[in-house]
Amino acid sequence: MSSIITAKDLCLWYGGTQALKNIDIQIPENSITALIGSSGCGKSTFLKTLNRMNDLIPGVKITGEVNYEGTDIYAPGLDVNLLRKEIGMVFQKPNPFPMSIYDNIAYGPRTHGVKGRARLDEIVERSLRGAAIWEEVKDRLRKNALGLSGGQQQRLCIARALAVEPKVLLMDEPTSALDPISTSKIEELAMRLKERYTIVIVTHNMQQAVRISDYTAFFLLGELVEFGGTEHLFAQPERKKTEDYITGRFG
Amino acid sequence: MENNSISTGRKAYIALMKGLCLLSAAVTCGIALFLIGYVLFKGVPSITWELLSTRPSYLAGTIGILPDILNTVYLIIATLLIVLPLGVGAAIYLTEYAQNKRLAAVIEYAAETLSGIPSIIFGLAGMLLFANTFGSCLLAGALTLVIMNLPTVMRTAQESLKTVPAGYREGAFGLGAGKWRVVRTVVLPGCVDGVVTGCVLSAGRILGESAALLFTAGLAHTLNGFFASLASPGAALTVALYLYAKEPGPGGAEASFAIAAILMALTLGINLIAILAGRYFKRRSAL
Amino acid sequence: MIRKRQQLVETIIHGIFLLLGLVTVGCVLLITVYLILSGIPALRQVGLVPFLLGDTWESTAKEPSFGILPFVLTSVYGTAGAIFFGVPVGFFAAVYLAKMAPARIKATVESAVSLLAGIPSVVYGLVGMLILVPGIRTLFRVPDGASLLAAIVVLAIMILPSIIKVSVTALEAVPQEYEDASLALGATPVETYFRVSAPAAKSGIAAAVVLGVGRAIGEAMAVMMVSGNVPNMPALFQSVRFLTTAVASEMAYSSGLQRQALFSIALVLYLFILLINAALNFFLKRNKEGG
Repeated sequence: MSSIITAKDLCLWYGGTQALKNIDIQIPENSITALIGSSGCGKSTFLKTLNRMNDLIPGVKITGEVNYEGTDIYAPGLDVNLLRKEIGMVFQKPNPFPMSIYDNIAYGPRTHGVKGRARLDEIVERSLRGAAIWEEVKDRLRKNALGLSGGQQQRLCIARALAVEPKVLLMDEPTSALDPISTSKIEELAMRLKERYTIVIVTHNMQQAVRISDYTAFFLLGELVEFGGTEHLFAQPERKKTEDYITGRFG
Repeated sequence: MENNSISTGRKAYIALMKGLCLLSAAVTCGIALFLIGYVLFKGVPSITWELLSTRPSYLAGTIGILPDILNTVYLIIATLLIVLPLGVGAAIYLTEYAQNKRLAAVIEYAAETLSGIPSIIFGLAGMLLFANTFGSCLLAGALTLVIMNLPTVMRTAQESLKTVPAGYREGAFGLGAGKWRVVRTVVLPGCVDGVVTGCVLSAGRILGESAALLFTAGLAHTLNGFFASLASPGAALTVALYLYAKEPGPGGAEASFAIAAILMALTLGINLIAILAGRYFKRRSAL
Repeated sequence: MIRKRQQLVETIIHGIFLLLGLVTVGCVLLITVYLILSGIPALRQVGLVPFLLGDTWESTAKEPSFGILPFVLTSVYGTAGAIFFGVPVGFFAAVYLAKMAPARIKATVESAVSLLAGIPSVVYGLVGMLILVPGIRTLFRVPDGASLLAAIVVLAIMILPSIIKVSVTALEAVPQEYEDASLALGATPVETYFRVSAPAAKSGIAAAVVLGVGRAIGEAMAVMMVSGNVPNMPALFQSVRFLTTAVASEMAYSSGLQRQALFSIALVLYLFILLINAALNFFLKRNKEGG
């Protein structure tokens, strides 16, 4: 299977402290890759280097290389806004805009220049169907998105990310603020979405990683300790530290 | 990634919006700088010792603003003396005593209403309430200013009372102290910073106030002591500026610009004190 | 015995503080009652409709006429004009301060803004009288520069600080998550500020505008000095009189029905202000609830 994102010797500093140490990884296309590790291990930081959301934090320094479909995303002259259109993101806490459901979904396409009512209607419906929330909201598209439940809000956020037709979806602990039923809905959704998208998901829930992911990367103290097929990594970890972590000896 | 840059339309939108933001901020700053510069440039050369130290004389045809300076100072002192106990007392009632939520809400709402009333209305109300009962005089003006500044003092005192940790009060109550003793020894000392801030803000407002004084404090330029002034009509600096600007006799225009420059300098000074006091109290409460 | 005395002292002191708390309420009631009582006689004598909708104000004529429509319209047009110029400048400056400006520049611009807020109205009036009025006369070739336009410009500048301060507070309170979500969709920071942050802060910005309306409609001294103070129906280059200045300009020498009519004008102005305050509270409350 070909890889869509490749990181080579990636290092990241917040001011004086190094948060990522020489990460090398190849993320396979049309699959779910889970990033696991205890909090502060760098998994979220790594996720955010993939769509350059770390650029927003003052004092961040990045060395090494991240390639997306063969382009270095940290190359000067690369338009970060177009990169983020290709690599969408879903956040830990559902964060719909305080606007109508329709406007939430249409926000991205409108930003990227899609005009025309019919075209937008079509995108909104397709995205909401894609995120398995169409049936629940089709009668109240004009209502404020903040009126939805937490789980619905998160699926709305996924739909919003899908609306700009990304190839990759980054998910930063997307279910940590949700109840079990909403969580399983998001998990089902993720497994369906991998047919068309590549998903990279940060999770602190190892059952979740086992349930949904094809590949797992284990981070510890800013280093990528082990990366491989999920079944293999959990059944026969190659490294002692991985084994200690997945058997619950620390973290 | 097919193309390597966002569309020209988006770029134009961004440049336009950014330009408007920069322009607006620059215009705002420019107006402030121009006003200060212009007023000081026109006014400072007219500030002479004679202007500052005499009263106007129709006989000699000279203008002096000493009475107006003193009137402004007297107004500030008298107003603060009355408004401080009222405002701080109201704040203490709201934070320490009020158990009736509805009554507290009514008081808060009244304070909000007061702070939204324009000064010309205060001037009129002051005329009806005070000047019509005991004549136009600085006291009538000061009482009008008290009503105007009550919400400010109350608000700042309330803010600082909120920062007195509840543990202090509980500690004092735990020692068997009565409520009044707790308020006197623990709560009151805690709101000193709010009182100081309230004083500075009110002083600034009184310094610049004119519409509320026109029909309450009178228009005279007589030289008096503090208590005699309170009982007689007198123009504050702002009112004098207005009078000289409206009917410029010989030297009137110069006098009004001199007053404007003095007001501007004092406003700058009060702004600076407010900033410094804010920083000082912030640092102290951080310790 | 001692306990009893202490209890009495506590009760008395509680009572004193209660009284101090009620002073504010008393002031509002006194002002309201006095304005109503003094405002009603002239309304009765002139009649509500002729008073509000009459377009001639000749208070000192032999057959006096007390129509305040010119003042009401001047106040409304003047305020609308000040909002028209002041709000865009204030809004864009607020976005710059809240979202774009580096810390140093932000501090500098903010102190310029609080300085503008602190300048006394008479100083605005004086500078307006000596720069704006002659400027308008020469620029637009009108006989007298003391006009509605001059008042609008002065008012627009005077309401800038309130608009900027309240809008900055509202914009800074927009949760970072909204902006992150927008950026992650490929919107640029500037697009994010105007399409996500500003709409999210709309209640607060509305409150800023309403506050500006209140300031503009209540300003007296500065407009008195630049607007020419003639009771004409409003036109941009016409000398005009506002509700506020109508009260201020004749009060000193008024008597009888004329004086009572001035109080009625003040009552009308007061009602305007109460309405605006209610609107302001509504928007501030909605902003707090994050709507």
